[in-house]
Amino acid sequence: MSTLVPLYVILPLATAFLIPIFGRLIKGFEKALLSLVLLFLTLLSVYILFNGIQEPIVYAVGGWEPVNDVPIGIHLVLDGLSVFILLITSLIGFLATFYAISYIKKYTAENNFYALLSLMIAGMNGVILTGDMFNLYVFLEIAVIASYALVAFGTEKQELEASFKYQILGGVASLFILFSIGMLYWKTQTLNMADISNILSGKDQDFFLLFTQVLLIAGFGLKAAMIPFHAWLPDAHSSAPSPISAMLSGVLIKAVGIYAILRLFFNLFMISYEISIVITVIGALSMVIGVFLAIGQWDLKRLLAYHSISQMGYVVIGVGMGMIIMVKGGNLSIASLAIAGGLFHLINHAVFKGLLFLNAGAIEYVTGTRNLKMLGGIAKDLPVTTSTSLGASLSISGIPPFNGFFSKLIIIIAAIKGQFYLLAILAVLVSIITLASFMKFQRYAFFNKKTFTRKVKEVPFTMCFSMIVLVILCLALSLLAIPGVREVVLTPAVDVIMRTTEYSSSIIGM
Amino acid sequence: MIVYIMCFLLFLVGLYGIVTRRNLIKIVISFTIMEFSVFLFLVLIGYIEGGEAPILTKNLPENVNFVDPLPQAMVLTAIVIGLATSAMLLAIAIRLYKKYGTFDIREIKNLKG
Amino acid sequence: MEGLTPIVKKVAQLMSGIIFVYGIYIVVHGHLTPGGAFAGGIILAGAFILLILAFGSEVIRLKKEETGSSITESLSILLTLILAIGGLFIGTKVFFNNYLPKGEVGELISAGLIPIYNILIGIEVAAAIITIFLALVIFKEEEEER
Repeated sequence: MSTLVPLYVILPLATAFLIPIFGRLIKGFEKALLSLVLLFLTLLSVYILFNGIQEPIVYAVGGWEPVNDVPIGIHLVLDGLSVFILLITSLIGFLATFYAISYIKKYTAENNFYALLSLMIAGMNGVILTGDMFNLYVFLEIAVIASYALVAFGTEKQELEASFKYQILGGVASLFILFSIGMLYWKTQTLNMADISNILSGKDQDFFLLFTQVLLIAGFGLKAAMIPFHAWLPDAHSSAPSPISAMLSGVLIKAVGIYAILRLFFNLFMISYEISIVITVIGALSMVIGVFLAIGQWDLKRLLAYHSISQMGYVVIGVGMGMIIMVKGGNLSIASLAIAGGLFHLINHAVFKGLLFLNAGAIEYVTGTRNLKMLGGIAKDLPVTTSTSLGASLSISGIPPFNGFFSKLIIIIAAIKGQFYLLAILAVLVSIITLASFMKFQRYAFFNKKTFTRKVKEVPFTMCFSMIVLVILCLALSLLAIPGVREVVLTPAVDVIMRTTEYSSSIIGM
Repeated sequence: MIVYIMCFLLFLVGLYGIVTRRNLIKIVISFTIMEFSVFLFLVLIGYIEGGEAPILTKNLPENVNFVDPLPQAMVLTAIVIGLATSAMLLAIAIRLYKKYGTFDIREIKNLKG
Repeated sequence: MEGLTPIVKKVAQLMSGIIFVYGIYIVVHGHLTPGGAFAGGIILAGAFILLILAFGSEVIRLKKEETGSSITESLSILLTLILAIGGLFIGTKVFFNNYLPKGEVGELISAGLIPIYNILIGIEVAAAIITIFLALVIFKEEEEER
């Protein structure tokens, strides 16, 4: 089993470099290869998840064994949290590639699209699997530079401007992360995450460590699009081609943003009261400000992008509440409920936000415009798009029996039980405003009077297939709230977070 | 200690350049200055007084002190990543000049709200 | 694009040979002296770019050059990956293993697979820098024709 771990990085990387050579000779080679590779990785993640992981699998790259109990070399670590997010990455990646088979025909240079997409997936898998701080930075940069190129793929005026803004802001955040990695190395003389956690548990919290933690929150908070670091998200996610918007909003801000914050602040540093307050406040601000900025939007994809900020706020609130309860020594079952709600909302958001962006792409493919004031009345001609879009809108607003209702319910129950009454009221309020915003989206995009005279017909088969699979998953994922299924999928991930610094003792055995 | 404060001052000079300059190419150059300050900080961390360059040769004297080689490996990798970032930024800047006809960021304001 | 004056052409012809040999020296001695793959690869690219700048060329020939360098880059990374995956089958069966015999310190042929990785990555970095340069030049030339 442990030889399968580096496959998550090797296979997409080999695909990215096979495509320029064979894509010129064999037609259709790149689409078949990338779809098969991502399908294989999805099935592998499902197999590992249902097999169960008792203790983390540690893979030492290059065979460097620890010398005198000090780990040298790079470790790849696979535990419950990693396999949970790998499943999201591979699944949304496969469906976006399948959708892109017919969508990208409208752009030139198709080969480069698939090569860049597989590089982005290789980088994200590397970030999720690694157990070494500098390796995290290298894979983060691979994923993010590939996404800069993908946002500017159409080379129109808006896309180039959005990509430039995204690059400067993302580059500054990466430099903050590199600076804080340097400061961590100065203090602990090692780069392995488990070893750093071991050394830092003996020292107490002084100003130096607090400065490093704040820089890391600033750097990774920008990658996760939290307020006040959100300024790049509306431009970048609305100007990118639609399968890339689904990948960026559905996977990238989770795999390199939220996952890195979880891994660093629960398993590496000891949990502390100040950082938990900062994380919860940032989450609450994102939730509220995101939805208020989204109401007045008339551009379809900008509306969806602002809602991404708000839903990420839900996840961060769940995690932050769990951290506050653990620091104050309260009831640990409430903390695990809050964190389980946050992680459940993470996978739900990937599925329904991906579906919403694919729907927006289908609307743009057929009608050629993204402005809600100019659309209308296409419900009878596009049955698949309308029904899947209705399903996704009900999911994001939290209507039973779709999956959004269950994850938001778990977060609100945990907030009430832990006596965070203000957060519970804010969560309910934001959910109601989200419902209003999506009813506006549905009405103006599909059900108004027809205002333009072009003939529209249904989108091609591969695009329909991805959308139908995602809407079936929206219904199926609500089964994750049942205790039987929850034990298999969610509980290993929550356990890894709850057992905070025991991560280091299970890896280097000290 | 004063060396590290100078590195941080260089970082702040680069950040000032990104925030206040109006020409696209000047923003790219300020970004590169910021990058170089972080590399300088990383290399200075590994310095040990009276150390030799960390290369194994044939005839080494007995107790020889080497400077820490791990930050030097980190900086080599980070320089290559910085090269890729600069190439990406400049390619987009050239295409922006072709579309808008100017490098001034006050003219390039198509996306609002 | 046009070339430069005859003096520049003559000096570029002489210098680019010396720069190329120096780049190969830096790449091959990567495990003995400072340098290695990245720095040597950029010096190798410099030799080619000097010739292109001094002599000038038409867009059609440059496009064929760019196809060639792009394929060289992908091919060398694939060879590196294949050698790294070979470590899964030989020796201690981990990815990226160093499985050739390591000689003595200071010899040219020593340290296992590291000189071979240096050469492959050196070729790859040189091809990548040449591809970036050619892409920007072709963009500018097509822009001016319109």
